[in-house]
Amino acid sequence: MSVKTVEQAITAAENLNETLNAFLEIDREGALQRAAAVADSGGPLAGVPVAVKDNICVLGLQASCGSRILGDYHPPYNATVIERLTQAGGVVIGKTNCDEFAMGSSNENSAFGPVRNPWDTTRVPGGSSGGSAAAVAAGIVPVALGSDTGGSVRQPASLVGVLGLKPTYGRNSRYGLVAFASSLDQVGIFARKVEDVARVLGVIAGRDRHDATTADVPVPDYVAGLTGDLKGARLGFPRALFGAGLDEEVGNAVKAVVDVYRDLGAEIVDVDLPHAKYAIAVYYIIATAEASSNLARFDGVRYGFRAEDTPELRQMYRRTREEGFGAEVKRRIMLGTYVLSAGYYDAYYLKAQKVRTLIKNDFLTSFKSCDALITPTSPSTAFPIGEKVDDPLAMYLNDIYTVTANLAGVPGISVPCGLSAERLPIGFQLLGPYWSEPTLFKLAHAYAQARPFTERPPVFAPSK
Amino acid sequence: MPIEEKDIAKVAQLAHLELDEAELKVFGPQIADIITYVEQLNELDTANVSPALGGLTPEGEKTDSSRDDETAASLGQKIALAEAPDPAEGHFRVPKVL
Repeated sequence: MSVKTVEQAITAAENLNETLNAFLEIDREGALQRAAAVADSGGPLAGVPVAVKDNICVLGLQASCGSRILGDYHPPYNATVIERLTQAGGVVIGKTNCDEFAMGSSNENSAFGPVRNPWDTTRVPGGSSGGSAAAVAAGIVPVALGSDTGGSVRQPASLVGVLGLKPTYGRNSRYGLVAFASSLDQVGIFARKVEDVARVLGVIAGRDRHDATTADVPVPDYVAGLTGDLKGARLGFPRALFGAGLDEEVGNAVKAVVDVYRDLGAEIVDVDLPHAKYAIAVYYIIATAEASSNLARFDGVRYGFRAEDTPELRQMYRRTREEGFGAEVKRRIMLGTYVLSAGYYDAYYLKAQKVRTLIKNDFLTSFKSCDALITPTSPSTAFPIGEKVDDPLAMYLNDIYTVTANLAGVPGISVPCGLSAERLPIGFQLLGPYWSEPTLFKLAHAYAQARPFTERPPVFAPSK
Repeated sequence: MPIEEKDIAKVAQLAHLELDEAELKVFGPQIADIITYVEQLNELDTANVSPALGGLTPEGEKTDSSRDDETAASLGQKIALAEAPDPAEGHFRVPKVL
């Protein structure tokens, strides 16, 4: 990779932004300087242009989180994942659009307008890391970072036809990732090649003294494990998850993937996740409870937006938050406050944490008989912008296949597996035991070798 | 459990949000819908189930995250105040409290 590669990425980002609205900030000058500085560094990511979701802190760039309450806030430090990415020679070219504070499944909750899907610009790219997903799908950058709290990397990856990884909880540092739900959040990776996801994870993963929840688990050479050999692999098939609520075309496409794995030598094992159907209910209690607490810090005192003409302190807090937050963020803060409030804590929050244990146990039991599970990533392909904005519950049900991994802490990857009749991407998801990223990469890689996804969206960076 | 507009107003107050009339009207039924949906968890008998605490893996739980109690450089006043909406004399200035 060279300075020219970075410049091409910047130019593509600039040219396509009117169409896609994927970037909230593009740092042409700074990125070119950094690219020149690392060109001969020999780092594993030397000169690779990277797009970063606008809720991950990059020194010198904004971190709006897609919210008016942060606006053009500039953090005074790098997130640990950015520190490591930069050390390895990666060049951040800009910050990508996202649902406000990563709350959403369509990118329509950004205060700065929705991102558009490169496959059909009247449709959503998924969310909340929609800008990062679209930037990779449109060929602007080979890799991008996002955050995944309930599927915010995997679901948009599926809707735009790229790979999206949510690592094991504690694999990546959350230091410098603006907190939404701390027990669920992980930094995730988008790319078009499995090798690239593996290489980037190898760079950013590992223990960080700034994040006490990072685990002291060695980081293997993820690229070396991509052998393509699936002999002896056991793939769990949770049949019950292929029923009501799943688009038929998506279901059939993922079942065809199961057949491919069987042909590649994997053994297919029936598994059951009896509590998976409760995952959305559990998720929207725990995630909103944690969010209501995490977002209490946005009070107009130390950084970001402050409402004008508020002569009294509490009024200043309330009006700042009222004017600074968008509807979905307020709704979730309200829900979280409600489920944590006196008299309701046991009925909602404690109950949800108990069912979370049951969901975790479902996975632990399943992984006794298989190395990974296969599911759809999203129940449908990309839906039209505006279709679900007035029905929050319908929007939440988009996350039905992805939230379980965050609740259990296990890793998951979404892999593209073709196009629908309307030429919209379909993705499948692999979920594995804790720290099984090498297994997920090996499985994803073997599939991609057997059935390469080479289609390009109508909106794609010119490859001159 | 029915949720009324006054419950929504109370929660807004707890959350330091000053919702307008229109928001109170929209949020009420939406939150009631979601609460009804999550109450499906009551189908499950969890009397003998321990609650999950946080998202840690067994390896994460075993990780020692203590560190030596040593002084280290911090941001410093100038950088800490650089993004403040109303800094004054090296402090964060807020409207009157009483």
